[in-house]
Amino acid sequence: MTSSSTRDALEAAYRSEARRVLATLIRLVGGFEAAEEALHEAFVAAAEQWPREGVPANPYAWLVSTGRYRMIDRFRRQSRHAGAVAELAATAQAAESPPAHDEIVDDELRLIFTCCHPALESDARIALTLREVGGLTTEEIARAYLVPAPTIGQRIVRAKAKIRDEKIPYEVPVRAELPARLESTLQVIYLIFNESYAATQGPSLTRGDLATEAIRLGRLVVALFDEPEAVGLLSLMLLHEARRESRVDGSGDLVLLDDQNRALWDRELIAEARALIQRALAARRVGPYLLQAAIADLHADAESGAKTDWPQIVALYEVLRRVDPSPVVALNRAVAIGMRDGPAAGLVAVEAVMAEGQLGAYYLAHAACADLQRRLGKIVASRASYTRALALTRQPAERRFLEKRLEQLGEAPSAR
Amino acid sequence: MRYACLIYFDPKKVFNDSPESNAVLAQLGALEGELKASGHFVSGLPLTLPNEAMTVLVRDGKVSATDGPFMETKEVLGGFTVIEARDLNEAVQVAARHPYAQLGYIEVRPAVDYTKPRPKL
Repeated sequence: MTSSSTRDALEAAYRSEARRVLATLIRLVGGFEAAEEALHEAFVAAAEQWPREGVPANPYAWLVSTGRYRMIDRFRRQSRHAGAVAELAATAQAAESPPAHDEIVDDELRLIFTCCHPALESDARIALTLREVGGLTTEEIARAYLVPAPTIGQRIVRAKAKIRDEKIPYEVPVRAELPARLESTLQVIYLIFNESYAATQGPSLTRGDLATEAIRLGRLVVALFDEPEAVGLLSLMLLHEARRESRVDGSGDLVLLDDQNRALWDRELIAEARALIQRALAARRVGPYLLQAAIADLHADAESGAKTDWPQIVALYEVLRRVDPSPVVALNRAVAIGMRDGPAAGLVAVEAVMAEGQLGAYYLAHAACADLQRRLGKIVASRASYTRALALTRQPAERRFLEKRLEQLGEAPSAR
Repeated sequence: MRYACLIYFDPKKVFNDSPESNAVLAQLGALEGELKASGHFVSGLPLTLPNEAMTVLVRDGKVSATDGPFMETKEVLGGFTVIEARDLNEAVQVAARHPYAQLGYIEVRPAVDYTKPRPKL
């Protein structure tokens, strides 16, 4: 075997196996840090041995067993882990047969569920998941989130310490806990995706990387754990991703759904999402992600804003409001009513939601109000609503959008 | 990525012939071999105490060299190890294996990446 083809095999093994090997090693050597050292040592050994002895038939099994033996050796040398060595040697004997597919899947699920454990802070869950499951480096995560690397580094160190000190078990949750734990996991993935989608400041390339990573994580969860909500989240992300190109114009300004160039939408992603949604809906257990995906799919299906199936969208928001009674869902439903029944009905609905008082600091609520008022010719009220919206966002592209609207209002109210 | 692990300690806590510090000093010999075996080691240099140092500076073209530094700080730079690590967290984990981390502390500093702009302060 030539050295370059071994190097390729090694790199391929790193890309495809490293996270799965880590997931198994955490279980076998008991803990993230020892497992990461074992993983590192396994790849060092592979770089030494594969060029001489050839690439093993099952790189995953080779790396797991080498990593574990290297750790046993190290613990023996340091001789301060006498107990651990005995235990490790015992598991080494037991795990000699090649691992079954189910076992690997379980290890990957253990890793994801542990990184997304509700006992960890939300920021820590995100950083840990991106690094341990996604394989990103601390520096890459920091660049994507526009924070200094030591900030992310510390979140990861603290999260691991918490897992160790509070003895958070490395396991797939039991059935009773499963819905809540899956929700926490999907939320981590969705937050990673949202970060890429919502923020347009900073280098757009690294932002796109976060979306790619969130979708990759979403695909992994669906492959490991075929639950309708996991499928719903993946479809929702695919549908948003399909519209990425058209969301922002050449100068980085926001383009509303209605004004987007639908020819730019990625039909392949939309088709993939649609097939996933159909399959998940057949399970007859709908949750918030699947419903949002179904709504996004109706938008993706429409030739134009006007030709959108608004009655169906309002109906889906009705169902969504029952499973997720949040004010933001109520607001979206009210806006959809405006599209179905006209701006007057929409404004009544939006004002009713705002009267409940939970959306006072949500800029999109004021922007939605302003838009309906503008369309009804209520220029003074619209101006006041846009001004309130502007005071509530610091995101540059959103600010430019609202400022432009305010400017247009000032020009010739009668012409609108 | 390359990182420098800068080792700081209070010499009075290291060279006091106590059982604790002697136990730590006894572990030092094995470290370099371990870091080499794990592929992390790039280079390293233990340093003498600052009273054997000289400080050089050039101002207006004139060289001045003094002995010292005699700073009032208790902790001094005791040496450094340069390592290769996947990322900052791996570097921190490697640094935590350094025996001196038990007596002093280790500052993990990423090497400058010349593809990035210089900081502006």
